[in-house]
Amino acid sequence: MKAQRVVWGETLAEIASTDPTLVVLDGDLATSTRADIVADKQPDAFIEVGIAEQNMVGMAFGMSTLGYRPWLSTFGVFLTHRAIDQIRMLVSQTKAPVRIAAAYSGLLNGSSGKTHQDIEDFAIMRAMPNMTVIAPADEYEAASVIRWAAEHPGPVYIRFARDAVTPVFPEDHVFEVAKPVAVRNGSDVTLISTGVQTSRTLDAANILAEAGIEAQVIHLATLKPLDDAALLSLIGNQENVVTVEDHSRIGGLGGLVAELLSERGGTRLTRIGLEDRWSESAPNEFLLEKYGLSAERVAESVKASLLITAR
Amino acid sequence: MTAVDHRSHDHVELDTLARRARWHIVNTVATSKAGHIGGPLSAADLLTALYFRQLRIDPTNPSNPDRDRFILSKGHCAIGLYSVLALRGYFPEEELATFDHGDSRLQGHPDMLLTPGVDASTGSLGQGLSAGAGMALAAKRLEKDFHTWVMVGDGEIEEGMIWETVISAPRFRLDNLTLIIDLNGLQQYGWPRGEGDRFDRSEPMGHVDLEAVFRGFGWQTLSIDGHDWEEILTAYATANERRGVAGTPTVIIANTAKGHGISFTRGTYKWHNGIATTEELELAHSELIAELLLEGNDR
Ligand SMILES: Cc1ncc(C[n+]2csc(CCOP(=O)(O)OP(=O)(O)O)c2C)c(N)n1
Ligand SMILES: [Mg+2]
Repeated sequence: MKAQRVVWGETLAEIASTDPTLVVLDGDLATSTRADIVADKQPDAFIEVGIAEQNMVGMAFGMSTLGYRPWLSTFGVFLTHRAIDQIRMLVSQTKAPVRIAAAYSGLLNGSSGKTHQDIEDFAIMRAMPNMTVIAPADEYEAASVIRWAAEHPGPVYIRFARDAVTPVFPEDHVFEVAKPVAVRNGSDVTLISTGVQTSRTLDAANILAEAGIEAQVIHLATLKPLDDAALLSLIGNQENVVTVEDHSRIGGLGGLVAELLSERGGTRLTRIGLEDRWSESAPNEFLLEKYGLSAERVAESVKASLLITAR
Repeated sequence: MTAVDHRSHDHVELDTLARRARWHIVNTVATSKAGHIGGPLSAADLLTALYFRQLRIDPTNPSNPDRDRFILSKGHCAIGLYSVLALRGYFPEEELATFDHGDSRLQGHPDMLLTPGVDASTGSLGQGLSAGAGMALAAKRLEKDFHTWVMVGDGEIEEGMIWETVISAPRFRLDNLTLIIDLNGLQQYGWPRGEGDRFDRSEPMGHVDLEAVFRGFGWQTLSIDGHDWEEILTAYATANERRGVAGTPTVIIANTAKGHGISFTRGTYKWHNGIATTEELELAHSELIAELLLEGNDR
């Protein structure tokens, strides 16, 4: 198992070896985001900007106007929050080909706590016109997403996780933008998940299977743009839909699916995610358990949602 | 080791406290398997002197409205602050063992809602000086006599928000505000010092004449050795005396070494954070604590 950030550093270094337009701008976190791999292997593609995220976004935009396709390297929280006005005006409103690589996203960030846990990024980035929003499931999908994004002509936001998860996809998996993918079949309930949470959601589905509940699991790597028709067709006439995300229950994947399903009747949606409160610093297992995102806790919540569903 | 009799009793006591703080830092991070080392160690003397000799505070009444305020803007150095707060009596030293564990009062970054003695929440770099300016301005308007102290890192001051406050604080005549820059010569990654050696990183502010810059913005500047008790205490007293009379804020540019106090962490950029091995912990203990026991200074 490889962490997505390692895949990110290695893949960028590889692309940079033949593509002189690829540059990585770092906010003094290269050893964490693993942009240091680029600094070691392709030093000309690496630009240290220092602890100055707003400046970094401004410079990335400026370079993009001369043909560069810059990637940003820092913790996601300092992009979607600290530098959001710069991303909004200089990147999103200009359609600049800046790749916003959000490292250490979500709840699990090596015990740094609530200041560093970006649990609102989907809500913010989804609402931004022109923005493509992607959360790869594992190391293999991450590699494919990075290659796709490197060629994309507009702004891209990619949510990366700090720690490795059990892969969801085979090594040769090819990411298709906007396409939801059913990663498990089942007819009792549909679980929709995104990012590395999909790996834990699959584990939850296996726990549910032991209790005789067969869950379909849909992975949504792209939150925006989304092929609505494809998602609705995968859901079919399933009445019990549950979203699971390492994000606030407000405005993220759950919000997205609620918006979509509100346009048709007959589905009961349960949104599993972080309650409307800040979290804390602690080891991953503790956080997943306490905040309801471990496979066991997700399985429990799904069971509870089925109990209260009129069938 | 300097001979004991060359140092004043006061300095010996501070030295003992700082050694114990440093031991708490490296030991707690090793036990919790999370946290930073280099920045807390470089700041340990500055924090010890501040909490034990300068701040007008009462650990039994941490929310006294007239207390001096302190903001650790470089919030990743939380364990340094917690260690000194524990030694100063804000909470039991044993509680340090809960650092970074779930349900703890001691979060990875300082949390003013949880930890007694923490005056502002920090963790996203660059925000503490503005918070301090607000406290200092409110103190003036409310005719309160306390002093507000803010500590930043030398990498942290690459953040633009710092400079927004540097420009505006003299306009507000905030002579009750002091900025301490822990100029330890390293940030997390930064820039290589020269060709070829990627482990030899250059100083974040190596190309900046900080004294001239701050003077240009209208600040009083004091440059000191941040590991010399005499210089630290004198600078603190000078900054504090100007409260209510000078009309300009003070910056103390404290020359320190990242990781100071432990041989294998000093000046080593990869010890920005890190978990000491059992052998490293033993070495740190022998350098910090065993010497105290020999000298009979451990209280
Ligand atoms: C806004 C922001 N950007 C990046 C970080 C990540 N980060 C934490 S510590 C650090 C380096 C800080 O260097 P310095 O200010 O010199 O602190 P010290 O050397 O005292 O540890 C960085 C980049 C952060 N906490 N906040
Ligand atoms: Mg520093």
